Amino acid sequence: MKPVNQKAWLLVLPVVLCVAFSAILPLMTVVNYSVQDIISPERRVFVGTEWFKAVMRDDDLQGALLRQLGFSLSVLLVEIPLGIALALAMPAKGWKSSAVLVLVAISLLIPWNVVGTIWQIYGRTDIGLMGATLAALGIEYSYTGNATQAWLTVLLMDVWHWTPLVALLCFAGLRAIPQAYYQAASIDGASKFAVFRYIQLPKLRGVLMIAVLLRFMDSFMIYTEPFVLTGGGPGNATTFLSQYLTQKAVGQFDLGPAAAFSLIYFLIILLLCFILYNWMQRVGTADKTEATHG
Amino acid sequence: MARIALDLAHAYRPNPRRDEDYALLPLKMSFEDGGAYALLGPSGCGKTTLLNIVSGLVTPSQGAVSYDGRDVTKLSPQQRNIAQVFQFPVIYDTMTVAENLAFPLKNRGVPADRIRQRVGKIAEMLELSGQLDLRAAGLAADAKQKISLGRGLVREDVSAVLFDEPLTVIDPHLKWQLRRKLKQIHHELKLTLIYVTHDQVEALTFAQEVVVMTRGRAVQVGSASELYERPRHTFVGNFIGSPGMNFMPARWNGSGIEVAGYALQIASEAAVLAAAGEFTLGVRPEYVSLAGADDPTALPAEVVQRQDVGTYWLLTARCGDVLLRARLDPDSAVPGIGAQVWLKVTGAHTCYYGRNDELIASAGPATEGRP
Repeated sequence: MKPVNQKAWLLVLPVVLCVAFSAILPLMTVVNYSVQDIISPERRVFVGTEWFKAVMRDDDLQGALLRQLGFSLSVLLVEIPLGIALALAMPAKGWKSSAVLVLVAISLLIPWNVVGTIWQIYGRTDIGLMGATLAALGIEYSYTGNATQAWLTVLLMDVWHWTPLVALLCFAGLRAIPQAYYQAASIDGASKFAVFRYIQLPKLRGVLMIAVLLRFMDSFMIYTEPFVLTGGGPGNATTFLSQYLTQKAVGQFDLGPAAAFSLIYFLIILLLCFILYNWMQRVGTADKTEATHG
Repeated sequence: MARIALDLAHAYRPNPRRDEDYALLPLKMSFEDGGAYALLGPSGCGKTTLLNIVSGLVTPSQGAVSYDGRDVTKLSPQQRNIAQVFQFPVIYDTMTVAENLAFPLKNRGVPADRIRQRVGKIAEMLELSGQLDLRAAGLAADAKQKISLGRGLVREDVSAVLFDEPLTVIDPHLKWQLRRKLKQIHHELKLTLIYVTHDQVEALTFAQEVVVMTRGRAVQVGSASELYERPRHTFVGNFIGSPGMNFMPARWNGSGIEVAGYALQIASEAAVLAAAGEFTLGVRPEYVSLAGADDPTALPAEVVQRQDVGTYWLLTARCGDVLLRARLDPDSAVPGIGAQVWLKVTGAHTCYYGRNDELIASAGPATEGRP
């Protein structure tokens, strides 16, 4: 029999150790908590799926999940079209292009909690530019008092913070389209809209997929900015999933339900990304399979 | 349909001073309505620039382009009603083959039944009929390029159809087929076609008139036989033909010409050559033949190489400092390497070039080609 070379295990070992310490062990700790009731450091009781059942029945959690889905969906609906529009409007070459790139990228360099603080001040009706302007226009604006306005302010903040990412991705995608496509379209008499619809949009499919996935995952995990800006309020109008989770785990020290909920949260993100990715892949490859099987 | 006249020069950089600053040196030429033309030259000679100027993708820095006497220099390709096919296939990924072909017509508001009719006809010509309902994105490169060609040909009222090395991505055997197809289409549709290529076979078989270009200059415009028999510039002699023309420095010695120290007899053109003094003799390998030792039109040379190229022998022989190539009949007795031979170089097909490499005289009957 041919001897099997086991040396490969040795080469994989460092990666296995790294992943174990950074991902698997912490995750297992969470799994551990999710099935036990920790009464004190010494006393713990195995409770099975009790915590999972409890959090699934939790109205507050369901509210936070719905709010979260609505928020992430709004983020995608606003940021993706806006990002594409920005990228189309950005100058393609020369010093103007560089200058605009730098300007657009600025908001991406600001730390999350600073973004929250900036908007907290920006929206104040006494000293904030936006708040004062709205107040001067006679609009009663208060992100701490009005639930709808608080939600809209958080959305606006996220759009301000992250649309540039979508714009930069699309800008790179647009630059990768060979000039011959535009020349051919001009010769074929295509309108500006037709150029967008039949050349630019199809060629942007790849970067748009990345943009959608990034923005979806990121907005689904949003924590710092609403925490700094509104603290989840007023009421629980801006309490998204991760903030609800933090309240449970750190605020009330309900480690069991918090751990069970963390796992559910993790699975939701995994599932949604899987569905999104496969759907977007299918949209792209449909052309090819259709052509080969057709 | 239009007669296209050019009188222009183009430089990509501002304030050109030297010849090297120009992508296209000043030139004046015209393309007749319904003709098939080729722009032939090595990479970087300015042929694509010239094509883009004709189509309107590039505006010349000097001079003007006119269609049927109307100045169109500042107009876009769309306004000039030009169709152009590019080197690499450009297709609209999300559309079917039929939608791709219909796109130029749809954008111009042609009625639907007319579109269907045109698309059907073009698809049939290009043998795409079976694939009309497929997504264009999934097809092979040559099918995609056929779609590009089809989009160029689908409008029947175009001023001209321009091709920028359209067969580069196509397999050799399909290339030949498509080229024939294009000729046939030219015959049927009577469109003005301008075809850019660096492949002389492609140019000579496709076009009625070939424009040979080098370093931003159109050195000769002529039919295949004109380019072959009377190259107006040493570049043309060298570029057209395989292998290219033989060139040897020569001078007038009072009664005939002297090449590599040997006196040769010439039949005509004595006056021009006597006036020029020093010049270059050019003769195609096809017209170099073995001769007897006493032949006053032949040079002695030593054979350094002989190749069997299938339909002929290619003989390379050294005479003084220059290498002479000769194409010999495969049935003739081909001398071996090292043999001393006499090669006839002056005759009815010999050309003479002056100091600026331009034709000053040719021995053959004067069939004047256009400059």
